[in-house]
Amino acid sequence: MGVARILLHPAAKPALFGVCLLPLAWLLGAVLTDRAGPNPAEYLIRSTGDWALRFLCLTLAVTPLRVLSRTPALARFRRMLGLFTYLYGALHAVSYVGFDMGLVLSDVLTDIGKRPFILMGFTAFLLMTPLAATSFNRAIRTLGSARWQMLHKLVYGVAVLAVLHFFWMRAGKNDQAEVLVYVAILTLLLGWRWGRLMVKNGKNPSSAGQS
Amino acid sequence: MIIKSTDTGFVHPVPSEITPEAVYQQRREWLRVMAGGVAGAAMASWAARSAMAQMPVGAGTGKPAPLPGTRSGVPGAMTIEKVTDYRDATSYNNFYEFGTGKSDPARYAPAMKTTPWTVEVEGAVRKPAKYTLEDLLGLSALEERIYRLRCVEGWSMVIPWVGYSLNELIQRVEPLGNARFVEFVTVADASAMPALAARILPWPYTEALRLDEAMNPLTMLVFGMYGEILPNQNGAPVRLVIPWKYGYKSAKSLVKIRFTERQPSTSWNRVAAPEYGFYGNVNPNVDHPRWSQSSERRIGEDGLFARKRKTLMFNGYEAQVGQLYAGMDLEKNY
Repeated sequence: MGVARILLHPAAKPALFGVCLLPLAWLLGAVLTDRAGPNPAEYLIRSTGDWALRFLCLTLAVTPLRVLSRTPALARFRRMLGLFTYLYGALHAVSYVGFDMGLVLSDVLTDIGKRPFILMGFTAFLLMTPLAATSFNRAIRTLGSARWQMLHKLVYGVAVLAVLHFFWMRAGKNDQAEVLVYVAILTLLLGWRWGRLMVKNGKNPSSAGQS
Repeated sequence: MIIKSTDTGFVHPVPSEITPEAVYQQRREWLRVMAGGVAGAAMASWAARSAMAQMPVGAGTGKPAPLPGTRSGVPGAMTIEKVTDYRDATSYNNFYEFGTGKSDPARYAPAMKTTPWTVEVEGAVRKPAKYTLEDLLGLSALEERIYRLRCVEGWSMVIPWVGYSLNELIQRVEPLGNARFVEFVTVADASAMPALAARILPWPYTEALRLDEAMNPLTMLVFGMYGEILPNQNGAPVRLVIPWKYGYKSAKSLVKIRFTERQPSTSWNRVAAPEYGFYGNVNPNVDHPRWSQSSERRIGEDGLFARKRKTLMFNGYEAQVGQLYAGMDLEKNY
């Protein structure tokens, strides 16, 4: 059980934490050393969005991987990956508000009303907020495991909105190759859950699927 | 008595008029290439004399050859704004035949072959003709003009172009009475353009103008920028620049110019008509369906924390072109 030993090692979480910070360090480094290209604002807005989507995929991959590989120890990293999804999502939102909208909140509100893809992204970010806010142990205890689980199913909605946001943003460019990669990954991850739910319900309709 | 002055004596009207030493050196390369027959027999004989004396120095540097132009006298053609960094203007491009990424054109375009090059002028004209690049270069005196360039995506640059008014060519081919539009067809070279297979747009990329727009002196046939021949990613060897319209109207790497009676369809308009109109005039009051057009980020100048600058009506060329659209509903004709 070498893998489990590594995953359960006390240093495993801090190590993952460090790895998750690497993209952020890279982005900051690029901006500070003038490697962010001719349009650093666009670079930051797009890169933080890309990373939010990547972390979302990673977060949603934990459970299928844990079950399929019979590695229960993987579960201890799910929360951290989820919180990093929120961090990169928040950086994405802040970059957009700061660099694209010049911190003018009335412009942001007009923009949300006017551009469907901004509305999608904004809603996805809003839906992630209660998840991040209830990510600590006491919140789980306070809410009760069942209610906490219910609430955290919102992440599936976030995934759909995030992909729609990306798709709509690219729609005018007629270039969806990258979007389709995320659609494929998320379809696989959500499809696996749906399939498991169907199987479970078939066997025992009273037990709800556990995410 | 010592009179103190901050004037160093080196006052240049525009930064682009200062020829970097490296560029000056490459003149030799240009001359050598021309003498090799690339630029056609007539110019080669002139170039050969200089090239022979210059041959050993500066050859093979791989940088664009100089292409100077005289300061333009066309009203509105010489903005005094800060010129965008050459590096930014040649590494942040939209040229979808090479890929949709901003850095794709600079990466892939160098493989495109631009010699020999011909531009066919056809349709409703008295004198249709096939022009070689050298014919076009010699057709009128080359001018340098410093134009604002506003991309439909919300960013802008200031670029010193080298070329002349498209009208110089239009006058020579003598449009017929029924010519009302001009269509521009650009190159679709599958051997050099990796994204042609992706069918992002209907290739070849085409654009079009109303004849009076094409004849406006600001509409420019361009062969160079920053005092050098155009890099491939910027539309070598000959392109259109229409400074009061969004960048997508300024078609690159032209191979055909066609005069028509009916309004031609244009590439972007065909795939996304609600987003990209036939006119494509810069207009801060008419938003793109997916973003506001009221402001823009000047590449290389408006820092990360600077507010974006206001976009000007007709990109600041209203005095020169406003009358072309008198009485038109610009909300509908976007």
